[in-house]
Amino acid sequence: MLLQGSYEGSSFFDLLRHDFSHLLPFQHLPQLPTSEGQLTASVPLATTILALRFVDGVIVAGDRQATEGFEVSSRRIEKVHNADSHSVIAIAGAAGPCLEMVRLFQIEMEHYQKIEGEELALDGRANKLAQMVKQNLPAAFQGLIVIPIFAGYDLSMHQGRIFKYDLTGGRYEEQEFYATGSGGKEARSTLKKFFHKGLGRDEALRLAIEALVDAADLDVGTAGPDIARGIYPQVKIITQDGITDVDVDTLRTLSEALLATLKG
Amino acid sequence: MAMPFYVSPDQMMQDKAEYARKGIAKGRSIVALEYGDGLLLTAENPSSSLSKISEIYDRIAFAGVGKYSEFENLRKAGIRYADLKGYAYSRKDVTTKSLANAYSETIGTVFTRDPKPLEVEILVVAVGDVVEHNEMYHISFDGSINDHRRFAVIGGQAERIRAYLQDHYTANLSLQEALVLSRRSLLAGYEKPPADESALEVGVLERNRAGRKFYRLGQQAIAQAIASAKGG
Repeated sequence: MLLQGSYEGSSFFDLLRHDFSHLLPFQHLPQLPTSEGQLTASVPLATTILALRFVDGVIVAGDRQATEGFEVSSRRIEKVHNADSHSVIAIAGAAGPCLEMVRLFQIEMEHYQKIEGEELALDGRANKLAQMVKQNLPAAFQGLIVIPIFAGYDLSMHQGRIFKYDLTGGRYEEQEFYATGSGGKEARSTLKKFFHKGLGRDEALRLAIEALVDAADLDVGTAGPDIARGIYPQVKIITQDGITDVDVDTLRTLSEALLATLKG
Repeated sequence: MAMPFYVSPDQMMQDKAEYARKGIAKGRSIVALEYGDGLLLTAENPSSSLSKISEIYDRIAFAGVGKYSEFENLRKAGIRYADLKGYAYSRKDVTTKSLANAYSETIGTVFTRDPKPLEVEILVVAVGDVVEHNEMYHISFDGSINDHRRFAVIGGQAERIRAYLQDHYTANLSLQEALVLSRRSLLAGYEKPPADESALEVGVLERNRAGRKFYRLGQQAIAQAIASAKGG
């Protein structure tokens, strides 16, 4: 048989909530008798992510480290994911729930498109993500925080757009740039200092890496470019034509140039 | 107390089948056929917004004839089924066979249990890594299921179209050749060729496409492909 449920709308997330709540990632969380921060210290946390607008669209980047307390739990975690053809979601917070939310959000976009025969507007996608973040609020109180950045190219407005979120699902649009996660503040200072309207692609790309390098410099949770292992930050460029992953060679060249300036 | 009249099960099934057939016969046909790089689905569809062909999952597509609201519900249910399975397990675990069986079971149950059968016929097709792994399932209004090679046809004029394709189908067609053949076979479904031809709705499952294999051909691309073929 097909499905036994009674939900008839176009949202995959609501389908789960309505008829298959046992598959929902952020519900039925046991009330753990933890003191504040205890749970947070024992789950991997994904750290710094950022987004900035440039003349043809928007760039989204993230470092590759996940930390667990004072340990490195992964050097290769991916924090920036394609949501659909013209938007990406980057995540900071508890890695497990973060990745779960990304997966659910990706399916949500595809599901809506298949059922309705057309894509959600960028605002619609940003709002849907806000609802998901809001659903995670009970878990956030226990330390399993999920803070995404959503960015994409708005085909109707012909520009890149950036949305940031708070714990309660509050959704705010940023006009220039944003960074969050443990090294978010450091990355923001760099972005603030060098950002200007009408940044070109190469300038913006360099600035994204520089902000991550600065974040890694000052925040123990964030990893800079790891030249020995060949691990570089993850950078996606979103324009009218879709999403491009910046290749490793470009990242290596840029990273080496930036690290060289640290030698003084 | 009034007793309902006795109707033999034989009679009841026959009546339901006849009712469903009548409903389906009103609808125009849909042709699915294998071409060199995948599968092509072609429907005569005067409406540009109410589609009969749709994507279900990475390599799976759906086509329905008959009552629009009924096959539209089946289409959505199929997408929910596939997305849910892909979410709970993995994308590779969404198989065409299990989806086709689920459709067959659902349609069959309605046929035997409900007073009114579904007036639909559907195709569930999937492109494989190689031609031999293509799948085409035809599910009828009573839930009976068949799998096909080379081509599959549903709808009111299926018999004549099938006969035409038997004579004219060849393997390894290009997309354009396949489209021209599909159009000709749909026209062969009419006793008399129609005065003005209906618009075509075309969906393609292309083997070598990255990610999701399904895409639609726009009206302009369809017209171009047909015009550039010799003899139209």
